[in-house]
Amino acid sequence: MVSLLDIIGPVMVGPSSSHTAGACRLGLLARCLVGGTPEKARVELHGSFARTGEGHGTDKAIVGGLMGFRPDDERLRTALDIMEHEGLDYQFEKTSLGDDAHPNTVRITLERGDRTAQMVGASLGAGRVLVNEIDGYPVEIPGNLHTIVLVAEDVTGSVARIAGILADASCNIATLKLSRKERGGDAFMVIEVDEQPDESVRDAIRALSWVKWAFRLDKVGA
Amino acid sequence: MYRALADAIRDAEARGVTLSQVALEAEAKDQGRTIESIREALRRALVVMRESVERGMIGDLKSSSGLVGGDAAKLRTGPDGPLANTPFRDVLARAIAVQEVNAAMGVIVAAPTAGGAGVLPAVLTGIAKARGIDDERVIDALATAGLIGAVVAERASLSGAEGGCQAETGAAAGMAAGAAVEMLGGSPRQVGHATALAQQGTLGLVCDPLGGLVELPCVFRNATGAAIAMAAIEMAMAGIEFAIPADEVIDTMGEIGANMDVRYRETAGGGLAATPTGRRLAKERLYEIKRAGA
Repeated sequence: MVSLLDIIGPVMVGPSSSHTAGACRLGLLARCLVGGTPEKARVELHGSFARTGEGHGTDKAIVGGLMGFRPDDERLRTALDIMEHEGLDYQFEKTSLGDDAHPNTVRITLERGDRTAQMVGASLGAGRVLVNEIDGYPVEIPGNLHTIVLVAEDVTGSVARIAGILADASCNIATLKLSRKERGGDAFMVIEVDEQPDESVRDAIRALSWVKWAFRLDKVGA
Repeated sequence: MYRALADAIRDAEARGVTLSQVALEAEAKDQGRTIESIREALRRALVVMRESVERGMIGDLKSSSGLVGGDAAKLRTGPDGPLANTPFRDVLARAIAVQEVNAAMGVIVAAPTAGGAGVLPAVLTGIAKARGIDDERVIDALATAGLIGAVVAERASLSGAEGGCQAETGAAAGMAAGAAVEMLGGSPRQVGHATALAQQGTLGLVCDPLGGLVELPCVFRNATGAAIAMAAIEMAMAGIEFAIPADEVIDTMGEIGANMDVRYRETAGGGLAATPTGRRLAKERLYEIKRAGA
């Protein structure tokens, strides 16, 4: 469903909604995977991102997103200088992620303290994005709602326990997708919620013995 | 949101209200928000639009490649042409101003996209200034523009990569023309004709930016897009009716976009981007950007 405010917006730093605003949103989503601004990042640009990214400020936008700047933050323009000033070690590379990858795709590998993560995401146009992969697991996360992603052992009642933790934190579930590769194999959950969950929600989910990993992604939509 | 402008026009006429009113009500219902909160978001968009016009008018900006910048100021202070001292010339300057801000990584409102962001603010704020129209009516006009853009997104496309420039500055011209006609007191039906008249004038328009950058011809195509919107507004306000309904003109734009060769859809493989000068400039400027970044 098209929203009137998607058409009259977003307010953003130019020049391109896909190469600048969308790239910034992907950086914002990636930083959530390590719970804040990463100290180290390897940013691999694919397709049109690699080809015309510099002219569109895609590098500045991703770096700004990783540092927590939103698409309308004028600091995006000087994000590379700020990154250097802050002593952050972000490296850019051009890569090919194959013919199937969307033309505006980026793979970001992050480190913050003892936390590491890898995300693959695409900028679809008009500022909309889609996270395709987290730590090698295929996902589909548009990022316009707060999202929790987790991998757990395939145990009975797992959904009920997770739902309980969210209910205790007053988070209303908007959508829930559950998948597994095989019976008894890892179960993969993507849960979109209406309210922003506290970082303690992620910690509570991680504390469950059968949860292998869990991430919280804050919404980046308009 | 409405999928056909004809449905919105019918509802507005039946109730004797404006298109912005039915658009705001539809958005409120879809998104579970109040009309006042939607108008607040549009008010913020208008503030940013005005700021980007003013910023670009100063004339001191250069894009990252150095290909564009400083031309809005020429229309403000340069020698007169046949449109001297008219709102039309001011609208052209405003469209270029916003797009120069965009190319220099300044803050703009992507409406409908960043590449076509100059047309709507230029037409609405230019006319509002010339006619002394208050902000509340400009905000309503933005809702009407959003309705028209949503119909285009649903029936065709708002992406240059999918539909060429007819889907970006072309759609922006259709949105601006319809919105301005409502702002000037035109009927919902006149809004439809203005949209159709503007969109028909941009059918087939290709997206051919040098080096794939949102700079050239984008900055000037926003000015010519605004000019087409101004022509459509003048015709619709005079009572001219376009025989093909706006929805069908929009469908045609989508069909042309779907059949457009990929060279003409933002890939810099054809059009002005592929001219000898276009290729040379893109190569030189991209080299400059890389050197500056290193």
